[in-house]
Amino acid sequence: MSWFGRLSEGLSKSTKKLANNITGLATGTLPLDEERLDAIEEALIAADLGPRVAARIRDRLADQKYAKGIDDDGVRAVVADEVAQVLAPVARPLAITHRPQVILVVGVNGSGKTTTIAKLANRFKADGRSVMLAAGDTFRAAAIAQLRIWADRVGVPIVAGDQGGDAASLAFEAVKRAMDEGIDVLIIDTAGRLQNKTGLMDELAKLKRVIAKLDPAAPHDVVLVLDATTGQNALSQIEVFGQVAGVTGLVMTKLDGSARGGMLVAAAETFGLPIHAIGVGEAMDDLQPFTAQEFAAALVGAA
Amino acid sequence: MFDSLSERLGGIFDRLRGRGALTEIDVRAAMREVRVALLEADVALPVVKDFIEATTARAIGAEVIKSVTPGQMVVKIVNDSLIELLSGGEDIPPLKVNVTPPAVIMMVGLQGSGKTTSTAKLAGWLGTRERKKVLMASLDVARPAAQEQLRVLGEQAGIATLPIIAGQTPVQIAERARQSARLQGFDVVLLDTAGRLGVDEALMAEMAAIAGATNPDEILLVVDSLTGQDAVNVASAFKARVPLTGVILTRMDGDARGGAALSMRSVTGTPIRFAGTGEKLDALEAFDAARVAGRILGMGDIVGLVEKAAANFEAEQAEKMAEKLARGQFDMDDLRQQLAQMKKMGGLSGLAAMMPGMGAAKKAMDSGAINPKLLDRMEAIILSMTMKERTKPEILTAKRKIRIANGSGTTVQDVNKVLKMHQEMANAMKRLKKMGGMKGMMKMLAGMGGGMPGPEGGGAAADPGGAIDMGALGRMFGRPGMGSLPPGFNKFGRK
Repeated sequence: MSWFGRLSEGLSKSTKKLANNITGLATGTLPLDEERLDAIEEALIAADLGPRVAARIRDRLADQKYAKGIDDDGVRAVVADEVAQVLAPVARPLAITHRPQVILVVGVNGSGKTTTIAKLANRFKADGRSVMLAAGDTFRAAAIAQLRIWADRVGVPIVAGDQGGDAASLAFEAVKRAMDEGIDVLIIDTAGRLQNKTGLMDELAKLKRVIAKLDPAAPHDVVLVLDATTGQNALSQIEVFGQVAGVTGLVMTKLDGSARGGMLVAAAETFGLPIHAIGVGEAMDDLQPFTAQEFAAALVGAA
Repeated sequence: MFDSLSERLGGIFDRLRGRGALTEIDVRAAMREVRVALLEADVALPVVKDFIEATTARAIGAEVIKSVTPGQMVVKIVNDSLIELLSGGEDIPPLKVNVTPPAVIMMVGLQGSGKTTSTAKLAGWLGTRERKKVLMASLDVARPAAQEQLRVLGEQAGIATLPIIAGQTPVQIAERARQSARLQGFDVVLLDTAGRLGVDEALMAEMAAIAGATNPDEILLVVDSLTGQDAVNVASAFKARVPLTGVILTRMDGDARGGAALSMRSVTGTPIRFAGTGEKLDALEAFDAARVAGRILGMGDIVGLVEKAAANFEAEQAEKMAEKLARGQFDMDDLRQQLAQMKKMGGLSGLAAMMPGMGAAKKAMDSGAINPKLLDRMEAIILSMTMKERTKPEILTAKRKIRIANGSGTTVQDVNKVLKMHQEMANAMKRLKKMGGMKGMMKMLAGMGGGMPGPEGGGAAADPGGAIDMGALGRMFGRPGMGSLPPGFNKFGRK
């Protein structure tokens, strides 16, 4: 099944609802009146786009004068277009430009960092690159074991210490080893942390500083993993992780569920950070490049 | 970034406060803002609609006319409605763990919602609070090392876990867990299940099968408090397949405003039992509807602040401080102790987030206008003083100040600011003493305890060095100094 198929399937339940909300009031060709606009706005809010973005899209639709009438598919296409316009500039895959390219993966607890790392490693390996993982989550019980199992499954080396160890020194060692061994891509896992925990965020800043001692440009990418079920707090996550860790791009996970990840639209408007990929399942190849058109289409059920 | 719910509601009610009478138009205008605020706080749309409808109906009419200040009345109505929605109005029955052993508690939820950590926390809670012998079993055969994770957590917390046998299905493990618990005399067996998506038919069926096979006494849905609009889908999907009996909200220590709590309560129709409030295994608290509603309404998590402070504050120190206070003394060492106390309580921004009316201060901190290292620097300044200087700051001459500045790596201006702050705090202490010491404080507390940030309470936060600043709060609760943000602190922060 194509990723789009999987995404659509995952979203189908909620998409149906969204599509129904958008078009439920209309049969045949009807003017885009206040009532229909309200319904569209609410459907967008229910998809986690947030009240502000939803209101803006509603206004844009209202401006376009569909007084003559527009049918269901037309409404869906128009809404999808609006969403896609916002998302198009940020749909940029993770490009490998350095050697070793050091990718730091950060996020709140339970957002799916470790699984995403496994998927990324799998993809880079499939592209013919040598990959190394670093088990930088030294806090959560069995996090190291979890990444180790993934490393074995993907078939890549892993640098790991003990639980409770210093993540920064482990990262340092990993970067050093990656340099010595001529690895193409080094992906560093970190412990999940809530962005309002200053102490933990400082640790992240320290980890970055320590790596930069070996290679001033490292980490070349700082990827923030966002859980699609997260609501508007995702914006706070992007902002704070951005300030502390210098986030360079986003990956959104768990899009195979009923969550629609609409806050990516608000995020794209506010921060303009690249969205590298989306996670649409638990299997290793369920990490897919992000495409604005298709995501927008799936979001509003225009497929 | 979007305003927090409390800021937004604060703004509305400020406007309402300024007027003499409250009309239907006013209420509707306020409710429009409340609606947006709730949506921004991630309360699910249908829940918001119901809430707004009910609250508007309550706010317009007789109830409002009777009140002295209309603004206060609206705050109260919104607050009451929030508490009602969060608590469900009725008393929550205790967890059903006193059945014929073993009681079975099953944990369900999405991936990454915090089930495993919550399982260990709940086990610890049952062990210490309820004196139960608890066995934990992980049925998560999907996520790599998930069973290992629970085993390690069990080891850390001193809770028994079911030995791992590779290759068993979740239902087999669940049955083995119940069997072992019965044979080995455990009171409660906790089943930690794999994370699953509501749309994943196979896994949802598996979950129903586990519930069918073990007939749990409690099925708790573990939900991330950062969850957005999807909360409704999650709650209804799980509710449709297993008879949920309660909810655990995790990551309540995050900076989300708790909108998911409202959604969960209203969609599942089951009580929110616990709130996860940290990464440590004892960071599980009974869910307090009034407190969360208060936090949402911008009254700050005052109760939480006090509890946290009480836990941190050494009794001995408190006594010493109280004694000094009684004599109207407050020296630099006392100030340093306060700073150390503040640091323990999670630094400035952690404190500010909990305080009512401190949204602006927190923003200033986040934007870098107030440096979080401030506490460290202030401490360094005081530590660079001699003992004599600390007890009698008035002997500080320009020469001494230069020495202190050099010693602490700061400037004379910084030293002066600390001195100024100390002076203001000392004055505040004296004022307080005049007001009648502890009795006066309790009176003030009673005034605040009414629950509403009325014109007086709300206004004071904006009044620098006013009666109800952070320092006064600490003092009001009879524990001088703890967690106080000294008057004049704002001045120090500014560059």
